[in-house]
Amino acid sequence: MTVRTASLPPAPVPARSPAASFSRDVATVFTREITPSVRDPLGLLFTMAQPLLLLFFFGPLLGGVGAGGGGGSWQWFVPGVLVMLTLFGPMMAGYNLLVELLGGAMERMLVSPMNRTAMLIGRTLKEFAVLLVQAVLIVLLAVPMGFELYPLGLLAGLLLLAVFGVGLGSLSFLLAMKSAPSGELFYGVTQLAVFPLMLLSGVLLPMDFGPQWLQTVAMVNPVTHIADAMRALFTGSFTDPSIAWGALSAAAVAAVGLTFGTRAMRKGVGV
Amino acid sequence: MIHARKLSRTFTRKRGKERVEAVRGLDLDVEAGTLLAFLGPNGAGKSTTLRMLTTLLPPTSGSATVAGGDIAGDPSAVRRRIGYVSQKNAASDHHRVRDELVAQGKAYGMTRARAKERADELLDRLELRELADRTPTTLSGGQRRRVDIALGLVHAPELLFLDEPSTGLDPHSRAEVWEFILRLREESGMTLFLTTHYLEEADTMAERVVIVDRGRTIADGTADELKAELAGDRIDLGLRDTSDAARANGVAARFASAPADPSPTPSGTADPTVRIPVPNADSALPEVLAAMEGAGVKVATARGVRPTLDDVFLALTGRSLTEEEPTE
Ligand SMILES: Nc1ncnc2c1ncn2[C@@H]1O[C@H](COP(=O)(O)OP(=O)(O)O)[C@@H](O)[C@H]1O
Ligand SMILES: [Mg+2]
Repeated sequence: MTVRTASLPPAPVPARSPAASFSRDVATVFTREITPSVRDPLGLLFTMAQPLLLLFFFGPLLGGVGAGGGGGSWQWFVPGVLVMLTLFGPMMAGYNLLVELLGGAMERMLVSPMNRTAMLIGRTLKEFAVLLVQAVLIVLLAVPMGFELYPLGLLAGLLLLAVFGVGLGSLSFLLAMKSAPSGELFYGVTQLAVFPLMLLSGVLLPMDFGPQWLQTVAMVNPVTHIADAMRALFTGSFTDPSIAWGALSAAAVAAVGLTFGTRAMRKGVGV
Repeated sequence: MIHARKLSRTFTRKRGKERVEAVRGLDLDVEAGTLLAFLGPNGAGKSTTLRMLTTLLPPTSGSATVAGGDIAGDPSAVRRRIGYVSQKNAASDHHRVRDELVAQGKAYGMTRARAKERADELLDRLELRELADRTPTTLSGGQRRRVDIALGLVHAPELLFLDEPSTGLDPHSRAEVWEFILRLREESGMTLFLTTHYLEEADTMAERVVIVDRGRTIADGTADELKAELAGDRIDLGLRDTSDAARANGVAARFASAPADPSPTPSGTADPTVRIPVPNADSALPEVLAAMEGAGVKVATARGVRPTLDDVFLALTGRSLTEEEPTE
């Protein structure tokens, strides 16, 4: 091997404010995460197709539920689907992190001076970007079928999901870090947790007619409150108290996730 | 460049039932510009030491300053100045090589334009230009390793840690990787701290060899110093006749710089061998042969043996480094 000679330049480290470097780190991680999808969009196409299938095959079955608001079942179903997708996205983010943790790419980023919390957020924001595109697609297709659009409610709802998603993503990362090197804990918990969280929140089926114990469980499930808040926002009822509960739940999940996720990264990842 | 004091790390497994003292009270000072090889068998604590020095893992106790920063108190300062090529693959399977290099530049605060420029420089330097748009899954082991090294060099660190840079590569790729490492050093004067469990590498490439075993430093010096002090030269004589062994031992004792190998005749072997430790094998050989002839010992074969680092390790631990099978 002949190595061409070129002297090594000193590393430029521009001085910036902490906030500016934090957002730059988020952007760096986000861009890195999304680049493979942009380069090879086939996987992305499948991801997009998935909620649409759900909308078309599952939606019509819901005829009677969610009676009340103008758009009827669509007004009830669309926010539910979006919450459900928010449950799956962070799981993927955690899985991707686990793979990079076991592979060594994560370690390489951890020796860089990037902010650890920014690394967590950048990763989940990638999943959120995918969710955003999915949301836009779903809404665009649901409108002609009778879904009534409240733009402000939609925006607020997506913001709520962003906060919730970052929290869930960080929890998923925490789990990934704890389950290295075997990864089994991660696969086990995500399989066991995601479906109960989803089913016991009424995202796809209304809980109103379930037995008392089910309703009690649903009450302590933060996903329930987020789904309720989303539904209120999607019907434009901005004064509904469920919105406050939903916001609180999302903020709590985010605070817990980011705190413990960042702490785990600082403590060192045992691989 | 590195000052470590009583650096220790204990892992607890199975809820505290099993304790592994991976590194025990390591003291180490490394001057700027050195090429240091950290040599030891698998499980000696090499990677754990590197992961502490690179701020990835907090020590259980002890302290260290690396490239002017305290690893616990000011990890960001350390991170900005050091590079780390881990034992594993630094580039993710599904990212193109160039994309990873650009992302790495940005992680160190470069603008997008600068990061791209730097990525292209490194692609040229490491002859990865044709592989720039491939993903690491399609690369050979040696090519992947070059990508890992390029990623560690993006921000032109003053100090580069390499964890087993050549392990698992075929001989040709190993030579390539080494050629690059040595060239790099010549050009940039970078301090290099690498680990290896290959004896020859530590022997021929490094200026300073630190031998570790079971979490402790057991020897530290240039390869020649270690060999001279801890193992020394040796003369191996093959005897024609087993009955000469006793006389041969008597002669050997006059030259031996240390007690001679007590078993010159492994029983049952056809040609008995006498091993004589001497200060300098080349100059002692003719004298020893003359003395043997004078004593009537018939010598069949004679060989001056210079010690290897394995002999050093053997002298220190009673075990051979090469005996231990590499396990991850
Ligand atoms: N994350 C970890 N958890 C538990 N034990 C570990 C961990 N990392 C390393 N060890 C143990 O510490 C010891 C030293 O390991 P390591 O530093 O990887 O050795 P080397 O790199 O010299 O082969 C080994 O016994 C290993 O099993
Ligand atoms: Mg190792």
